[in-house]
Amino acid sequence: MAEKGEEIATSDGALFVCLQTSEPSTWFGMSILRRLKPSFWDHGDTGKEPFKHLFNFRRIWKLTVALTAGVALSPVISMAIFDYNVTHDAMESEIVLRTSRLVSNSRRTVSFFLTERKAALDFIVHHQTLRTLNDPAALTELLAALQKAFTGFTDVGVIDASGRQRTYVGPFELTGKDYSDQAWFEEVLARGVYISDVFLGYRQLPHLVIAVKHELPDGSFYVLRATVDTKRFNDLLSGLQVDGGGDAFIVNQQGTIQTPTRWHGKVLEKMSLPVPGYSPETRVLQCKGVGGEPLVVGYAYIAETPFILMIVKHHNELMKPWYKTRKELFAFLAASITVVLLVILGVATYLVNKIHDADEKRVATLHHMEYSERMASIGRLAAGVAHEINNPLAIINEKAGLIHDIFTLKKEYAGDQKLIGLVESVQSSVERCGAVTRRLLSFARHMDVDVQPVNFRDLIEEVLGFLGKEAEYRGIKVNVEVWERIPTINSDRGKLQQILLNLVNNAFAAMTDGGHLDVTVYRRSTGAGFRRRTSSGSSSRFFPLRKQRGEPASAFPLRTALSVNSVAIYDLHRHATP
Amino acid sequence: MRVLLVDDEEELVSALAERLSLRGIDVDWASTSYDALTQVESKTFDIAVLDVKMPKMSGLELKRRLQEKCPDMKFIFVTGHGSEDDFRAALSEAGTAYYLVKPLSIETLIDKMNQALKE
Repeated sequence: MAEKGEEIATSDGALFVCLQTSEPSTWFGMSILRRLKPSFWDHGDTGKEPFKHLFNFRRIWKLTVALTAGVALSPVISMAIFDYNVTHDAMESEIVLRTSRLVSNSRRTVSFFLTERKAALDFIVHHQTLRTLNDPAALTELLAALQKAFTGFTDVGVIDASGRQRTYVGPFELTGKDYSDQAWFEEVLARGVYISDVFLGYRQLPHLVIAVKHELPDGSFYVLRATVDTKRFNDLLSGLQVDGGGDAFIVNQQGTIQTPTRWHGKVLEKMSLPVPGYSPETRVLQCKGVGGEPLVVGYAYIAETPFILMIVKHHNELMKPWYKTRKELFAFLAASITVVLLVILGVATYLVNKIHDADEKRVATLHHMEYSERMASIGRLAAGVAHEINNPLAIINEKAGLIHDIFTLKKEYAGDQKLIGLVESVQSSVERCGAVTRRLLSFARHMDVDVQPVNFRDLIEEVLGFLGKEAEYRGIKVNVEVWERIPTINSDRGKLQQILLNLVNNAFAAMTDGGHLDVTVYRRSTGAGFRRRTSSGSSSRFFPLRKQRGEPASAFPLRTALSVNSVAIYDLHRHATP
Repeated sequence: MRVLLVDDEEELVSALAERLSLRGIDVDWASTSYDALTQVESKTFDIAVLDVKMPKMSGLELKRRLQEKCPDMKFIFVTGHGSEDDFRAALSEAGTAYYLVKPLSIETLIDKMNQALKE
């Protein structure tokens, strides 16, 4: 059973009229969404073309939110994108720069290692005679000195112009070995110096060779050839700290791996990456690895050697700090956008609500004025009609009265009951017509305040008399309870009539057929002066009740508002003239 | 008591006068304000029953003229109700006790006349 209640407090030491309606199976639940929905959301357009759009509050709200959000968020998002790109580019540049620096430093180290050993051999051929070099004992001493001073030398040999090794000092037996048909020998003859790839050779161990040609005064020449241990060569790169899970190694210009790598193959195998193009300077480029992972490759061709120094880093590893920063940036941006949107939504809803409320008041005022004008016109019309009817009615009344008097007061006509009955019937009809015109006149007079003693029980009975037929047709039971101690009050009978009529009408409108309406009049000493209360605390409570029944909502609540205002006026009047 | 009835509706005022006569009241009637003023020149009346809204001279104006001639005369206003202003003016002139709306009840009219005369 759903229940609704309304109360009206009329004055200081207030008198309350409480209407309690109860209906079978009507319960109106409110979802959270409906609670959050602003009051203007379902507001129907009150304006007329071409100004109708001015009163579409939902559209105004959407435009406000869209424009404000656009203006507020555009700079934030633009700055975020700009900052993202700048930071990202700075990170990429830093990676390239660091890689490039590492490659350059490493190239200098490797280059110095090889140049140093080549210079040592150059120094020997220029400082020692061929005779000394061909002396195995002297050459052994020289090898020992080289190993002590420079490390990495494993053997050394002297090869004559025919390509045969005349003298050899080292762990293998290579004296008399003929190199005349080997490519390196031809190259050293042509260029004067030769640094080989890492290769296995006769000894089946990875090594590299450095050879220098020395021309003698008699026009002949010889070649001093030394073998360098690759361990020392490898140590140069294995000690490097390469960030981003990177790898530093050397390949020859055919892509054969010369020093051990972590990820790109074994020594003397082909590396998994393509051979980078020649550049006299250090270069850094980005490419995909075998598994498709992005790589940062820094490389440098080592001058006068077949070697390419490669430093390969994993791009994702290098970008990890940036990914963390990016995550924080996105989180901050999302939080900022959320806060801005919430503020915009809140402010837009508040402002549009205020506009909506102001418009509601404006519409109510306009309706009130329209209603007042209409009522004034009706009042004037009613007064005019009543006046025009009353005079002929009065004539009929007096003529019929005269006939009645003649038949009752004069003996010669007395006794004709049929005629007396007919005359009384005419008088009765005139009285009924008179009641109608008096009501019209009363209605016209009630446009203004008319204070007179009012008995509440009579007033309610009178009002219910108007609606008795409707209650009867709809099967609504009405119960009236007026407290015994309710005194006769001085008030505007017509206004109170309107108020009660509207309240009961409202209750009927909200009820389904077969409901029950309790009307209770009681007195409460509040000392609060005029006050109007409803169960929802809102004067707009009347609107939905009518709307649900598919009736226009305009006239009814305004009539109620007018009535309440009238009581307020009276209340002021009462306080002004105690 | 002697009563003067004044109303521009001759049919009404004559019938009302006859009804009062049947009840033993001494009644004269006039259908214009000027006729009423003429009558008071030759006769004395205790009470005048005046229609508020009459052509040429309203009941309120007539009351003022009659009061000048007969200061002791009592007045009862009768109206078919013209306007709110008339209603208020009549109230201020005569008081709520002596203001009747058409159509009249003869008994009410006699009661009001008796009350007015007792004051």
